[in-house]
Amino acid sequence: MDFLFYMGDVFTPINFGLLLLGTIGGLILGATPGLSPTMAVALLIPFTFQLEPQQGLILLGAAYTSTVAGGAVSAILLKIPGAPANIATTLDGHTMATKGEGAKALQLSFLASAVGGLFGVFLLIFLTPVLAQWALAFGPSHLFWLAILGVTVIGTLDSSSVVKGLLAGCIGLWLATIGFDDIMGAQRFIFHPSVSGGINVIPALIGLFAIPQVITMFTKGRSSDDAEIISVKRHPIRLAFVEVLRRKTALFIGTITGTIIGLIPGVGGQIAGLVAYDQSKKFSRESEKFGTGHSEGVIAAESANNAMVGPSLVPLLTLSIPGSPTAAVLLGGLLIHGIFPGPDLFMNYPQVAWTFIDSMLIGQILMCIFGLYIAGLAARVARVPHAVMAAVVLGLAVFGSYSVQNSMGDVYVMASLGVGMYFLERFGFSAAPLVLGLILGPIAEANFIQGSMIANATVGMGSYFFTGWLNWLLILIVLASVSYSIWMEVAQRRYTTKDDAVAKEEAMS
Amino acid sequence: MTSLPRSQHIIASGLIAAVGVTIAYISYTQEPAEAYVFPRLISSVFAVLAIWTFVKAVLGRTKVGNGISGDAMLKMAPGLVVTLVYVFWAAKALGFYTATTIAFFILVSLYDPAPHTQLKTWVKRIAITAGFMLVMYGLFAQLLNVFTPRETLF
Repeated sequence: MDFLFYMGDVFTPINFGLLLLGTIGGLILGATPGLSPTMAVALLIPFTFQLEPQQGLILLGAAYTSTVAGGAVSAILLKIPGAPANIATTLDGHTMATKGEGAKALQLSFLASAVGGLFGVFLLIFLTPVLAQWALAFGPSHLFWLAILGVTVIGTLDSSSVVKGLLAGCIGLWLATIGFDDIMGAQRFIFHPSVSGGINVIPALIGLFAIPQVITMFTKGRSSDDAEIISVKRHPIRLAFVEVLRRKTALFIGTITGTIIGLIPGVGGQIAGLVAYDQSKKFSRESEKFGTGHSEGVIAAESANNAMVGPSLVPLLTLSIPGSPTAAVLLGGLLIHGIFPGPDLFMNYPQVAWTFIDSMLIGQILMCIFGLYIAGLAARVARVPHAVMAAVVLGLAVFGSYSVQNSMGDVYVMASLGVGMYFLERFGFSAAPLVLGLILGPIAEANFIQGSMIANATVGMGSYFFTGWLNWLLILIVLASVSYSIWMEVAQRRYTTKDDAVAKEEAMS
Repeated sequence: MTSLPRSQHIIASGLIAAVGVTIAYISYTQEPAEAYVFPRLISSVFAVLAIWTFVKAVLGRTKVGNGISGDAMLKMAPGLVVTLVYVFWAAKALGFYTATTIAFFILVSLYDPAPHTQLKTWVKRIAITAGFMLVMYGLFAQLLNVFTPRETLF
């Protein structure tokens, strides 16, 4: 019950103020289409430099939680999901809003988000210390395989092409080797003075997540999003509470689905929301009402996408393996304060770890309270023209990258990686495995070298890296994720081909 | 199959394959060899996957990635040019705040759907730029004490 011991730290004036700031800011940012939770958290990191580690993490954690929930506002009132995690919410949420039940849909979404989110954070609280204890037994070979697992799982599950996902992971791992080698002190791949000290993770994250969005906004030209904000009529919150309790099957399915999906690295909120929506529809007695403005659709989707937030941090806090791109950005937030998460995080920095987790618990409640009140304002912010949004994000990215080390080199790295990532994305590459490769590269290399030294002095490379049940288990998971993704890709291709043929036939007839 | 010409995929995957092969070549030829043990491992996989992708593109079997349409290219080009000039030249040469003000104003003017002929539109754009710069100055110069390059101007 360590989390109760540190609960008081969340309520110090500065910590609570930052929690409020992160929550309200996150709700508004989350409602803005094009500003994903990952990008919002990446752009916030430079603002945490001068804060204490737990204060910085409170701000980032609150922003993460509330941007996911805030995306529901634009999904419901504008039919534009604030983030991919809110796609399923538009299906029933927007229809409810057009029928004059916008306020009810918003209330249901925030209440369901809070229930799902609280469950997810409780899972984080109880699962993390257990896993951390277990992870203490990991040696260099296990940590090496774990890092490779992190890159391959995200590379294969998060990408539309297995080969391109793995290739993006390799690019990230290679980028991580740029700079001075830790063992020999040799310079590697230094083709420009800007990268002589290696690639700093924070400017890289800002560039990889923010700049492609900026360029995507440019490609819309001078067009305007003519989405009309649907006005909301008052709806008693008491009735929304009753409705959420009445739809407990949808709430249960959403929460459990989100929690399980959150624990699997690489499977994001978008999948959680859609799977929960689909499963709730299957189990519902009123399945025919789904898609026509049914409250169960909103409850299932929103409880799922927030339930995954807590569990997605479990691999990060216990094994230092970020399970999602946003978790990777949070890792960047920890690294700038010299804190490396992993099995000993709870022993070396218990105050930082527990205050952060506790703040996420309180943040869920604050998010629910404020979400209900500032939804209207958030929807108006969501209509900011993309010209202004692109210029704002670009300005923040440049200033934020520079402020990391007061270096123009970081700004050049940020812009180069960002522009490069935009073009890579257009050709089917995903940013998530590249980021994971960049972050996990140093862990993989350090443990590979350390393991090689031990192996050469003892049993040899083959025996050291390829024997033992834990090595086998990790290798098996790597192979399973690659095989599963290949199988899914082939199956989907077949399905698409057949579908296309049917569509063509219909068009011809 | 994507609808865009195969040539875009061939050029893109060809460039990536060239990078992969170059990295692998450097990893296997540079000294001290001990410093390149891990890069050799990574670059070998990188090169193999990149060549695989390139061969698939040449054979026209690329399944994902929509490439960039001519229309999108035309729309993004002015913004991209402004961004690159701002980041790689103006920010250092003119000073962060001056360069950001100019770049922000140009980008908003370029992509704002409001008509360019109305005075009200221009006043609004100037006001938005000024407001943003005030916030940036307050946040970075005053709150975070970040000393940005102030070369020629500010």
